[in-house]
Amino acid sequence: MSFLLDHLNYVAVVVLMMGGLFIVFSSGNLIKRMVGLAIFQTSTGLFYISLAKVSGGTAPIMINAASKEGQALAAELDLAYVAAHGLDGVVYSNPLPHVLILTAIVVGVSTLAVGLAIAVRLREAYGTLEADEIAALDRETPKSTGAGP
Amino acid sequence: MISFETLYAAPLELIKHAPVLLVAGPLMGACAAALAPNSRWAWMISVAASIFAAWMALCVAGEVARKGVVDYAIGGFAPPLGIAFRIDWLSAMMGLLISFISVLAALYSGHALRAEVREEKHGLFQAGFLLCQAGLLGVVSTGDAFNAFVFLEVASIGTYALVALGADRDRRALPAAFNYLIMGTIGATFFVIGVGFLYAATGTLNMADIATRLVTLSDSRAVLAGFAFIVVGLGLKAAMFPLHGWLPNAYAYAPSLIAVFLSATATKAAIYLLARFLFTVFDPGSGFAHLFLVWVLAPLGAIAAIVCSLQAVFEPELRRMLAFSSVAQVGYILLGLSIASLGGMSAGLMHLTAHSLMKAALFMALGGVAILLRARTLADFAGAGRDAPWTMAAFAIAAASLMGLPLTFGFLTKFRLIEAALSANQIWIVAVIAASSLLALIYVGRMLEALFFRTPAPGAARAAEAPLGVLVPLWILAGVSVWFGVDASLPEGLANSGALALLGARP
Repeated sequence: MSFLLDHLNYVAVVVLMMGGLFIVFSSGNLIKRMVGLAIFQTSTGLFYISLAKVSGGTAPIMINAASKEGQALAAELDLAYVAAHGLDGVVYSNPLPHVLILTAIVVGVSTLAVGLAIAVRLREAYGTLEADEIAALDRETPKSTGAGP
Repeated sequence: MISFETLYAAPLELIKHAPVLLVAGPLMGACAAALAPNSRWAWMISVAASIFAAWMALCVAGEVARKGVVDYAIGGFAPPLGIAFRIDWLSAMMGLLISFISVLAALYSGHALRAEVREEKHGLFQAGFLLCQAGLLGVVSTGDAFNAFVFLEVASIGTYALVALGADRDRRALPAAFNYLIMGTIGATFFVIGVGFLYAATGTLNMADIATRLVTLSDSRAVLAGFAFIVVGLGLKAAMFPLHGWLPNAYAYAPSLIAVFLSATATKAAIYLLARFLFTVFDPGSGFAHLFLVWVLAPLGAIAAIVCSLQAVFEPELRRMLAFSSVAQVGYILLGLSIASLGGMSAGLMHLTAHSLMKAALFMALGGVAILLRARTLADFAGAGRDAPWTMAAFAIAAASLMGLPLTFGFLTKFRLIEAALSANQIWIVAVIAASSLLALIYVGRMLEALFFRTPAPGAARAAEAPLGVLVPLWILAGVSVWFGVDASLPEGLANSGALALLGARP
């Protein structure tokens, strides 16, 4: 139990991941499927950010004690820690996964946009967004040539 | 083998940056095509960008021939900190294959688009096609695991939209595209989760770097989880049985250009990435990777080769038939990889090339005549062979290669697969290939019988010869299938070097 509590964010990742996948597979409505897919993709964001966290680490912005901004930043840190280790000893979180996940978010948003656009076209062509009704319509009119020229 | 050192000519600066221009060329072309004033301009931009990419692929292959491996640090940041393109013989071979097919597909697109897609969408269509091409070329060139994910998605998002554009002719393209999007995204997300696990275990994203650090970590549970996620994710993208459910409809209802392009390149790029991870990043000699090859990859490949061939036999729609056959052929390629010997790997890569060439030709020939016929089922195509002899003769040649008739490339690659299986003492693989070839004989026989020997129903639309814009790329593909069947020194040399690069690159 304490193991789970210590890794609470990873538990959240697994719950989001599986919940998203479940929605994708169990739901018959195409919009709900897209929502599930978005949740599933978001879980990877939390996963990567959790990987990046260094315990006691601060935001990965180099603190330059000589500058005014640097002093302002240093004032926000845990003062006892800075006193013990000095500014050179400040631990930073790993910035790389944040950058990666920024890219993955962009990918996710574009996927969502394309998916929803296709859903709009589906609704125009079939008049419904329920997967089983669409399948039934396809069975009825196998020779359909659909919208367009 | 043709010596690539002497084949290309380009200014030195261009050659130096060829690895990145290979991807950037189509990417820039995509922007230009989206802004093109009319369909003709978009087509010319698309052809020009594809030819440029093919030229760059030749330059890169030449560089690989000279140096062995070409490393290119993007933006001058050296790996492992920066993102690096790393091109060895395998990447060079895939780059050549993808860009060659792209040029032919781009030539073909001039005619196919006019017939299948509304005029005002042509610019965007070509943009999507070029994006997809850039993504696939990026996947095979990059040496960075996360970068591979990004390129994979650049290619995939382009294809979702392109498959959906088939709705102008048949609305079933829309559910097909939606399904493809869901499955493709799940696959890509699995892959990225797997890469995250590897990053957690090794602290690097550079593939070569991951490989060196994994040597001491082979029984870490994070690595195992990463391996599982990556394999399932790429399996989805590569249409590995039983994860191929999205493929038949996507190929059947997409515009014919997209069927040509996807069947020849998209699953192949995913197979490339799978092989790259299985053999370069993970150690195929280590416990779990070896178990996976023997107990998962080989059986799944064998089941795909048999079951999907059976599905093709009973399928009434011609393009879905070809799509099921594609899944079966992916099974062959995976069988070749699973043997994990130099011979098996090279046979698998050769079959990958052969399948690209013949499937592209088959879909292209069908697209050429189907436009007039508005045809889908075998009965719709009845007698097309007599009305359009040139188009359908090329179809027949490619179909012969699919069956594995002697003097075609398909025969040779199946022969090599069997040879490799025998030398690895895996008789059952030979049996599987034989059984599956028999099934291929039946479904290809059904196609050819309908096309050449059945008379069309009275009053039905008659096929006409495809225009020159279709015939030229089509006959190039068919001709190459025969040329490689007679003299396979070029693909064999490439496949051997590629296999060597995969197996020999272990740290």
